[in-house]
Amino acid sequence: MNHDPYQWGRPSNETYGAYNYNIANANNEEFKDYNHHAHQFPKMNTQQPIITGTSVIASKFANGIIMAADHVGSYGSLLRFNNIERLIKVGSETVVGVSGDISDFQYITRLLDELEIEEEVYDNDGGNYLKAPNVHEYLSRVMYNRRSKMDPLWNSIVVGGFDADRKPFLKYVDLLGVTYHASTIATGFGSHLAIPLLRNLIPEDKDYVKINEDQVRKVVDDSMRVLFYRDARSGEVYSYVVIKLDEESGKVKFEFVKDAKVENQSWRFAKDIRGYASKQQ
Amino acid sequence: MTSIGTGYDLSNSVFSPDGRNFQVEYAMKAVENGGTSIGIKCKDGVVLAVEKIINSKLLVPGKNKRIQTVDRHIGVVYSGLLPDGRHFVNRSRDEAQSFKSIFKVPMPVPNLMDRMGIYVQNYTCYNSVRPFGVVSIVGGVDDDGPHLYMIEPSGTCWGYSGAATGKGRQIAKSELEKLNFEELTCKEAVKVAAKIIHLAHEDNKDKDYELEISWVSKEHTGGKHQFIPEDVLAEVRKQAEEEDDEEDEDEGEGDENKDAEMQT
Repeated sequence: MNHDPYQWGRPSNETYGAYNYNIANANNEEFKDYNHHAHQFPKMNTQQPIITGTSVIASKFANGIIMAADHVGSYGSLLRFNNIERLIKVGSETVVGVSGDISDFQYITRLLDELEIEEEVYDNDGGNYLKAPNVHEYLSRVMYNRRSKMDPLWNSIVVGGFDADRKPFLKYVDLLGVTYHASTIATGFGSHLAIPLLRNLIPEDKDYVKINEDQVRKVVDDSMRVLFYRDARSGEVYSYVVIKLDEESGKVKFEFVKDAKVENQSWRFAKDIRGYASKQQ
Repeated sequence: MTSIGTGYDLSNSVFSPDGRNFQVEYAMKAVENGGTSIGIKCKDGVVLAVEKIINSKLLVPGKNKRIQTVDRHIGVVYSGLLPDGRHFVNRSRDEAQSFKSIFKVPMPVPNLMDRMGIYVQNYTCYNSVRPFGVVSIVGGVDDDGPHLYMIEPSGTCWGYSGAATGKGRQIAKSELEKLNFEELTCKEAVKVAAKIIHLAHEDNKDKDYELEISWVSKEHTGGKHQFIPEDVLAEVRKQAEEEDDEEDEDEGEGDENKDAEMQT
């Protein structure tokens, strides 16, 4: 057997004649000219993320949403960058939190910037047309389209804001184009560690209306701490966004805190730990 | 001098015996009848203003905006055939977007004006197209500070300290020439713009007009092109009209008054 990966699953030249590369590139306009050496192989796309961001966590509360993400961009196990802002404001009242590949995240940032310019800046009559559901729908189309080309954007995304009825809106989309809605959403490690804490506060979807901002903020604080304890790819510094609707004035308040830090860590118990069971004192 | 009947004005891109393209000059005629547009470059930004003639009571006040935005940091206003202006803006937006997708930074205003100058000029090169029926005034702020440009149907594109086009351009220009652009700030320029549009409207007094003013400034709008707020607009327009009335009353001291106003 020929162990060259490019030969796997290919009929042998002796039996069937040389492989016709036009077949592999039939739907690929760029590679029609298969005589070019680089095009003699099937097209290849991203196989794995390189620089990555870890969890994004988010929750609804009675009159708004909160979202948090730390500032780390990891290169494998190396905590390569510690100043990556992964929450982005889109329009006047929507936040998009992205985990996964950072280069794809930067591409998404530019897509959303273009979207904002076209839908809000070029709107001469000054309506706030770009709302969270629009942003989410747009992103979900982008994500599903890319995975259908077998060339996904390697991210999990959470979109938060308000829907057309001015109710809090929170929805997820990922590299497969999978979307779901929930009152508490977290990506990556957060779905294991933060969701249980957030669901303690908001057991069922409808329960978010009973929870106020202070309550949910405390749990988000706690979640970020738990994630920092137990997620090896996480960081101590994070950002959070609170978007809330002031019932009286009907105005949306967008609060973006960029230098939050994990506080109240308890490590004092550590000094009492010696060895693993057998080796005492 | 007269070109009519000579046959050299029938088709675009045809040179007359004295080296002119009459179709381009006719396009300028379309502009000269449009509502007055002006642009003022200040030390801290750019102000654009336009006089919108109200042809019908049925037009909704405050709607039908005439000033448009390109990317976030550039404003465009034009006089002449409005759909041609829209086409100009659409093209500008495409150019700005493509620049950004390649270079990842907002397009500097001079780069945009180079490209748009070439684009407009191309419409004077073939008899299968007609020249643009607009003069566009483009203002924006980039890393090199404020810029103001005006593009004509010929594709001529120059930078200005103050620019005016449309029906009242002569009056507007003579007013602009009085300004000290080194010292002028945006806030002052908004008032001046309202006054200039008001003065330029004199010739057309039988019809009412609506005023539209926008600005771009690092200090005031964070480098974004925006319309000035409704209340400020109403205030500067009222001020412009009142000053005009005062001048009418005491013609004798008119010159002194004008000097005093320039200081403020």
